[in-house]
Amino acid sequence: MTTPNLVEKLTAKAGLVSATVRAVASMDEAMAYVADVCVGKEVCQILASGCDAPLSGTAEALCETKQEKIICAPEMPEEAMAALSAQCAERGVKLITSGMRSHLGGIDIGLTMAAAGIAETGTVVIRSTNEEVRLASMIAEIHIAVLPASAIVADSYALEPVMVDWMSRPDFTAFVTGPSRTADIERVLALGVHGPLELHILILEDK
Amino acid sequence: MQDATTLKDYRKQLREALENDFQRQALDKFAVAYRTSRANAFADIDAPELIAEIAAAKDASIDHLEELFEEFKRHAEAAGTKVHLAATAHEANEIIARIAKENDVKTIVKSKSMTAEETHLNHLLEAEGFEVTETDLGEWIIQLRHEGPSHMVMPAIHLSRYQVADLFSEVTHKQQDVDIQKLVKVARRELRPKFCQADMGISGANFCIAATGSIGLITNEGNARLTTTLPRVHVALAGIDKLVPTLHDALRIIRCLPKNATGQAITSYVTWITGAVPCETAKGGTKVKHVVFVDNGRLAMARDPEFKQVLRCIRCGACANVCPIYRVVGGHKYGHVYIGAIGLVATYFFHGREKAKNLVQNCLNCGACKAVCAAGIDLPTLIKEVHARIQDEEGHPLYSTAVGQVLKNRKLFHTMLKSARLLQKPVTGGTPYLRHLPMFLFKDQDFRALPAVADEAFRDKWERIKPRVADAKLKVALFSGCVQDFVYPEQMEAAVAVIASKQGVSMEYPMGQSCCGLPLQMMGEKQAGRELAAHNMNAIDAQDFDYIVTLCASCASYLKHGYKRLFADDPAMAYKAAQFAHRVIDFSSFVRDVLGITDESFTGPSKKVTYHAPCHLCRGLGVTEAPRALLGEAGLEYVPATEEDVCCGFGGTFSVKFPELSKELLGKKLANLKATGASAMATDCPGCIMQIRGGFEAEKTPFEVRHVAEYLAERLKRK
Repeated sequence: MTTPNLVEKLTAKAGLVSATVRAVASMDEAMAYVADVCVGKEVCQILASGCDAPLSGTAEALCETKQEKIICAPEMPEEAMAALSAQCAERGVKLITSGMRSHLGGIDIGLTMAAAGIAETGTVVIRSTNEEVRLASMIAEIHIAVLPASAIVADSYALEPVMVDWMSRPDFTAFVTGPSRTADIERVLALGVHGPLELHILILEDK
Repeated sequence: MQDATTLKDYRKQLREALENDFQRQALDKFAVAYRTSRANAFADIDAPELIAEIAAAKDASIDHLEELFEEFKRHAEAAGTKVHLAATAHEANEIIARIAKENDVKTIVKSKSMTAEETHLNHLLEAEGFEVTETDLGEWIIQLRHEGPSHMVMPAIHLSRYQVADLFSEVTHKQQDVDIQKLVKVARRELRPKFCQADMGISGANFCIAATGSIGLITNEGNARLTTTLPRVHVALAGIDKLVPTLHDALRIIRCLPKNATGQAITSYVTWITGAVPCETAKGGTKVKHVVFVDNGRLAMARDPEFKQVLRCIRCGACANVCPIYRVVGGHKYGHVYIGAIGLVATYFFHGREKAKNLVQNCLNCGACKAVCAAGIDLPTLIKEVHARIQDEEGHPLYSTAVGQVLKNRKLFHTMLKSARLLQKPVTGGTPYLRHLPMFLFKDQDFRALPAVADEAFRDKWERIKPRVADAKLKVALFSGCVQDFVYPEQMEAAVAVIASKQGVSMEYPMGQSCCGLPLQMMGEKQAGRELAAHNMNAIDAQDFDYIVTLCASCASYLKHGYKRLFADDPAMAYKAAQFAHRVIDFSSFVRDVLGITDESFTGPSKKVTYHAPCHLCRGLGVTEAPRALLGEAGLEYVPATEEDVCCGFGGTFSVKFPELSKELLGKKLANLKATGASAMATDCPGCIMQIRGGFEAEKTPFEVRHVAEYLAERLKRK
């Protein structure tokens, strides 16, 4: 399959599992998108149950830890960080690259670079041996992954050689397909049970 | 968790479960939705081929589990994981408790693990004073309710949103809305602090990759990622059967598991963890990581030629999804810890005979589970085999032995059937049904009218009706089975007329033939079954015939597949059984595919006829098109029914043992047939006819229920 075909398939398959997929021409465009999403979202989307919703004492206390808009981008390339820092400074968003354990109540956006994409299932592959990446992509209400178009493969078998190499030392890698979901109550689909409520995939065009 | 001590007690529990209307409706909805979503998920994939690949790969691993364990241990320990092998469930729990103590652990979060359910890990940890919280939403709900899972993938499927809202109101001490989206968010926020505070995370493992020492975890909620990330200690608990040689083996299973479990292409998260990864709160910044493998009988099972295939199971739960019994009684009454068909088998091995002995009898042998199993496990056969083993261990019940003795002696059996014809006179009231049954003999059987024994058996008519063919090009032996021989001989006569309408086919009815033996397998009477099979193969010398034709789907399927299994340990008999099986064919396939009978043979006005697909025809023999096509060739308008291939609830001796379940399944079948708007139904099995016709008769609904052969025969052009 050619890259355009793979992009098309991944876009379609990810869409089926409630992921938002966008093509972006440059890293600058990607970072502007990230800032836009962050500014545009409500402070706390878990409001789905309402911050005034009745919770137990400990659960409410944890919610108190989040008071401002936060993006965590732990392992983004330098050019991305430069663009994103500028965007965040301008728009009053706090940008962090570490210290996720102080923000376990929630952050707005976790930004990651995907190591690969799997077209067949609409999956992004996030290498997250760095604990900050693991937490940013799980604790955030919205997970945004930048995926270089050239890193998309047809199916998971195509990733085997590279994954076996990763696995030759301590490693934590995740296939992420759509946002966190459950159907444990009456088989009704609900998004965002423990992880992100939304997954956005930004497919970065090859230069 | 099913734990009745007697069959009577178990039946009482089943009756109670049948009264759970919410569960019934929830499981009905799921069963119907699952069919479509599974089919969609596999639309672009050759499912049978993928399943065969998984089965072959798992079989190869099962033969080398100890070597794979050593290889896994070597790689995992090089990457900083400590690896353990526990001989028993209790030992596994103790290892985990010890790890917790050594690391000064107070609180524990868990992501879903059926293996931990198997070992009752939480009981031990809680008894040792640890605070344990399940973090999978469904598992958390049932933990709070002090229940076991009712499905391997959807543990709380038996509960309503109202019950969950009440439960969450109790837990938060605040009134919660009955709104699923809100309830899920309540769980998210209540559980998040548990993750933050936990010292140790316990996960299962869907795969343990020997070549790299990695584990793979499949979740939708993402709780396994948090469980393995936030706490400073991570322990993964896995059955030793979860070992696979390479990453490729794991990726292959992932291609199937979520599709087969819930119709998802893949779960939201697949997490691959190799070795001890960074962890800010751990000493030295590196997580304390352990993998505990549990044997608990698995290695012995791996050496058992009959049962090693149980270890292929990838825990997708599909065998429950399609099981007609699971659908009406739910998981708490259809498993001990492991639910569904695999649970009926696994309970015997993991939790013992006492827990298994009643459960294992609750199987229709309809084969729905086998048809969807992700690893191609022959579940119905294994269930019967467990039943046979339990009977061999505990002693056979008197009635069971007696039936075995009668059935394997053809003359005695047939004499008894003929005596029944005379003795039944007072109870038939001149009708073809047994009207006035002595109720102590047939308790709870009144949901269907039972047929009377015919005045003259087919075998006694044979010499009179046998077509004389001078130069036969095709030689056919007819196998009638007991029901068509003694109860419905008219079905056999119809078949003879249809076959005789083609020139050059000679038919024989070998008089020595007896019951096919399937009832004995259903009752766990394996030895008597072998003797009966040998008797039939002597009575019908396969070498003399091109085909052995039978109108009974159950007989056909058993003659074709069951006999070979019975003699798997006896090469000479196995060869004979294979020769025999090779010639066995069902009536509809024979007429359409071998004789090539088409619309030219038939005449008469059209009418609407619906169809019931017998389990042992559509799944047992894989025959789906022939009978439906034949109805069309005969000029009838075939009207499809909903769930045509779901069991009618007969299951031979099943309907006698569990009449309350048989009645439920029959009720669904009758409703689906009536909904077609037709008032006639064809099928290919006298057992199904007995059940369905008897059901309509009992509820006084005029509905014609006949064998495909009868519909064809009545429409044959006269020559």
